[in-house]
Amino acid sequence: MNRFDYIRPGSVAEAVAAASEAGAAYLAGGTNLLDLMKIGVVAPGKVIDITRLPGLDRIDWLEDGSVRIGAMVRNADLARNPAFSAAFPAVSEALLSGASPQLRNAATVGGNLMQETRCAYFQDPLSHCNRRAPGAGCDALEGHNRSHAVLGWTPSCIATHPSDFCVPLAALGAVVEIEGPDGSREVDLASLHELPGTDSAGGIALKHGEMITALRLPAEASAFAGHSRYLKLRERTSFAFALVSAAAMLRMEQETIAEARIALGAVAARPWRAAEAETFLKGKKAEPDAFAEAAQIALKEASPSGDNAFKITLATRVLTRALTLAAKGTPDRVPALPASVFTSSEGATAHA
Amino acid sequence: MPDTLQTPAGHVRLGSNSGQPMTRRDGVAKVTGAATYAADNRPDGLAHAVFASAGIARGRVVSLNVEAAKSHPGVIEVITPDNRPALHLDPDGKSHPFSWRIEALQDKTVRYAGQPIALVVAETLEAATEGARLLAPEYETEPARIGFENGEAYDPPAVGIGGNPSFSKGNFDAGFSGSEHRIDASVDTPAQYHNAMEPHAIVAEWSGDHLVIDTPNQAIQMARGAFAGYFGIPPENVTLRSPFLGGGFGSKAIIVGPQILAILAARMLGRPVKLVLRRDQMFGPVQHRGATSQKLRIGTDGNGLIKALEHEATAATSSFDDFIEGAGNASLNMYASPAIITRHSAVRVDTGTPGPMRAPGEASGSAALEIAMDKAAEAVGMDPLEFRLRNYAETDPASGKSFSAKSLRECYELAAQKFGWSDRPLAPGEMRDENGMLVGWGMGSALFPAPMFAAQARATLRRDGTALVETSGADMGQGAWTALAQIAADGVGLPVDRIEFLSGTSDQPDGGIAGGSGHTASAGGALFEAGSNAVQKLADLATADPDSPLFGAGNTGVEAREGRLFRADDESRSESYADILERAGLETVDAMGSGGRDPANAEARAMFSHGAVFAEVKIDPDLFQIRVSRLIGAFAAGRIINPHLAKSQLTGGMIWGIGFALHEEGIHDLRSGRPLNADLAGYHVPVSADAPHVEALLVDEDDPYVNALGIKGVGEIGITGSVGAIANAVWHATGKRISSYPIHIDALLS
Ligand SMILES: Cc1cc2nc3c(=O)[nH]c(=O)nc-3n(C[C@H](O)[C@H](O)[C@H](O)COP(=O)(O)OP(=O)(O)OC[C@H]3O[C@@H](n4cnc5c(N)ncnc54)[C@H](O)[C@@H]3O)c2cc1C
Ligand code: SF4
Repeated sequence: MNRFDYIRPGSVAEAVAAASEAGAAYLAGGTNLLDLMKIGVVAPGKVIDITRLPGLDRIDWLEDGSVRIGAMVRNADLARNPAFSAAFPAVSEALLSGASPQLRNAATVGGNLMQETRCAYFQDPLSHCNRRAPGAGCDALEGHNRSHAVLGWTPSCIATHPSDFCVPLAALGAVVEIEGPDGSREVDLASLHELPGTDSAGGIALKHGEMITALRLPAEASAFAGHSRYLKLRERTSFAFALVSAAAMLRMEQETIAEARIALGAVAARPWRAAEAETFLKGKKAEPDAFAEAAQIALKEASPSGDNAFKITLATRVLTRALTLAAKGTPDRVPALPASVFTSSEGATAHA
Repeated sequence: MPDTLQTPAGHVRLGSNSGQPMTRRDGVAKVTGAATYAADNRPDGLAHAVFASAGIARGRVVSLNVEAAKSHPGVIEVITPDNRPALHLDPDGKSHPFSWRIEALQDKTVRYAGQPIALVVAETLEAATEGARLLAPEYETEPARIGFENGEAYDPPAVGIGGNPSFSKGNFDAGFSGSEHRIDASVDTPAQYHNAMEPHAIVAEWSGDHLVIDTPNQAIQMARGAFAGYFGIPPENVTLRSPFLGGGFGSKAIIVGPQILAILAARMLGRPVKLVLRRDQMFGPVQHRGATSQKLRIGTDGNGLIKALEHEATAATSSFDDFIEGAGNASLNMYASPAIITRHSAVRVDTGTPGPMRAPGEASGSAALEIAMDKAAEAVGMDPLEFRLRNYAETDPASGKSFSAKSLRECYELAAQKFGWSDRPLAPGEMRDENGMLVGWGMGSALFPAPMFAAQARATLRRDGTALVETSGADMGQGAWTALAQIAADGVGLPVDRIEFLSGTSDQPDGGIAGGSGHTASAGGALFEAGSNAVQKLADLATADPDSPLFGAGNTGVEAREGRLFRADDESRSESYADILERAGLETVDAMGSGGRDPANAEARAMFSHGAVFAEVKIDPDLFQIRVSRLIGAFAAGRIINPHLAKSQLTGGMIWGIGFALHEEGIHDLRSGRPLNADLAGYHVPVSADAPHVEALLVDEDDPYVNALGIKGVGEIGITGSVGAIANAVWHATGKRISSYPIHIDALLS
């Protein structure tokens, strides 16, 4: 078989030391890494299992009101943590709209952030792909690209980042804690994923050997708890990646929007925070026209990267709807079909 | 439904087992893992085979790094066209209607992406997998021809398996031009891949010139003969075991190249060899439903009577073999019209050869016909159900023959009533739910032929009051272990727990093909007749024996029930099977049976199952995500042997209809020809949340002509009708007629 060393380090320091060698990869839930290994997209010589590292599976509320989530916390455990989902309901909703229960039980916080694009050409080692092999070209550009990017793309790469989880995180100003061969550092989640450039395909902004140890949400992020939604459009009711998605979070003072947080998913190589639209909404009344205009602003720079102009229209509408839903208030519980357009009202169930 | 039977065996009572909603007899074995599927077999000395898949769609393999593969630890052998031992039959030949041209490393040509180009056999699956990767093939590549525009068109001599490519009755042109309302419809359907939960798998082991294979198969004896043919041995030398299939849907009825390669490797190495396809390997050498592009025209008079109906279909097939999705033929037997034309053309593309996939022809054809019917109803300004009733075919539109039985009217009525169809506004876009979702209601008619295949069975009555019944049936999950046993038990007049039912291997009499929705009728008919014949032998013994209470019953006859024979005219006179055998000094009596259809009836009647499906969709008015919120169908399919299983089959078919309408789509890159979604993350089928309310209702139907037991089929009909019903509901919700499946959000957004 394709031989690789399997290492189970006892500490983060050991893990980082092991990973600094060429060809090493961290293994978390394995739901993405192992698939990519099986289809020949990656072939690490050394697999470093970090799932049993002590202390990385905790959710800690810090004194300043922020929350620190260990990189090994499973997606399902985080989504269903009562304190977390009360403070960050859109994040829970996004998590629960992703993949399937089995995958969410296995997938980790760190792995979700680090998951690769679902571009079919990226996943086919015989296709040309700049992201997989810099300089090789991009077969998606003239290929099947109806689900590809409409924002932040260049002809070098038109892939999208597929994570649902990352979308509200980007809007809430989440921070990623990183340990690496050169010590510790922090990166804003919104810029963890690099956009493609003229000659580069973009990718994940970690240096070789660096490991995500935790994710932090600042205290002020919970101020949006009362008006938070994630909405995910897909062509199968569940267990499908987003065609487009939006996280909309509002801090309301009576009828007025004191502050808005907005991000779009599946439109770019990173979760797309729409800062200008956020600014636009500040101080506005929560009204349909304002939401529609904010959505226009968010998509102002969008352009089709292929056969996908419809995604611009859709993204505008999804964001408008997400804002409208957020303004109505966060539902008491995450709907039975999380983030689905089919549970915009409360009480609807998955098997109605 | 009558509970006694006129022919062939008046003395056996049907109904104490058949007709009961028994749960699956193999259910516990399956949920506990005790049921062994082909890949669960691990004979001693097992080697593992993995084939290398072609990475191009057209061209030639010019090099393979066999050295690298062979020097990988654990690799035993690499088989390529250079060292592949001869086969007795040409893999490019077609020895009978069910043989496909297969890829068994006969040469270095590549005809589609995913084609096997070498086989690596190793001590472990992992070593074989890595060995296959190390082959690093190089090619001479020719441009792939993918899609209708790029393929090579031709006129196919046949559609489906030996079906007529064209049909014409009446004067279409006159009828159409003289019609008051004329509509046309264009509908495309994509390539769809079977993707049974269990991928194709085989474990092959030789001893001398005897071959034992464990492989899921829908037509055990036919396959046995075919396998034997490729290896030049008599069919008796092949033991094929297929007790359980994790789904087949047509793709396991026909021999495929990888199976031959595994058997070949086992012979070459003198070791048992296992080969299990990976999910991505299911998108090439093991068939699929070919794409179609269909055009229909319907003309009606002012009262909504159809005057002319035309259905043209272009179907994609491979560059080297022909399986033409007979979509146009869906218009032959459904609606009355004085003029009907159906026509097929074909396009050769660089994919694997298509094959039968659940409701071949009928599913794709119905998906288009029902849209056209809906458009025609709209043109007339008539309710779609009323329009279909107006054009109800009292006799078979194509042949003019009477139907053996047709209870479609009852299906319409029952399903419409259950659905609440009468409240439907005629115009589209009028309904909203409490959340503001667009709501649409649509319907479609369902139809599927009721073929039968030659089948045989043996029944042995034993002195201990039990019976052994045997036929090589195939349980693909549909429940043959249960339904066939119920029929068999009625055949021998015993409760089902007193029969030993052996099935699923080639040691048994030929159970025919589990396909065409004809397995229960075919194998069941054989089982019933075998039982009846065995009981008849017992009756002959008893009625001729002066010591028997049945002595002299002769012409008045006896009835078999609960392991006893009763005089038909005097219930108080009876004797147990055991006593009859004991007095006769016999341990057992046995008999064969073959079921089948009365040829005179077959000639005189048109035989179909029918149904009606009503769909409700909810669609977001801005975002256009679609959900089928209700799907209700009623079906009439002759005698229902097990309502529980029949409903499962129908419900499964209807859910497949949801997938056909909204999800399933095999996407190939137009340049490379490689499939782009060859896994279940990318190839979508419905999940539970897509099928919140699916209901199949059964309409009683007594069909005295279809076969002795009055059984039709329920395996495939559930898809037909459902797809069109959903598309029509989408129109009713949005006012948009779609022209291709699956229905994507962008098609509604535009
Ligand atoms: C069928 C299917 C459907 C899916 N649907 C969705 C969906 O709808 N929405 C969605 O958001 N996601 C979806 N996913 C993706 C899923 O969320 C990811 O696979 C998962 O989150 C990855 O987490 P993991 O722990 O399994 O990561 P792994 O597979 O273990 O790792 C993924 C990558 O991250 C790296 N890595 C992992 N942990 C760390 C760390 N701490 N520091 C640095 N690098 C690290 C690994 O080396 C690897 O490169 C789907 C996946 C599948 C297979
Ligand atoms: S879009 Fe990006 S990931 Fe996809 S093929 Fe092009 S470069 Fe690779």
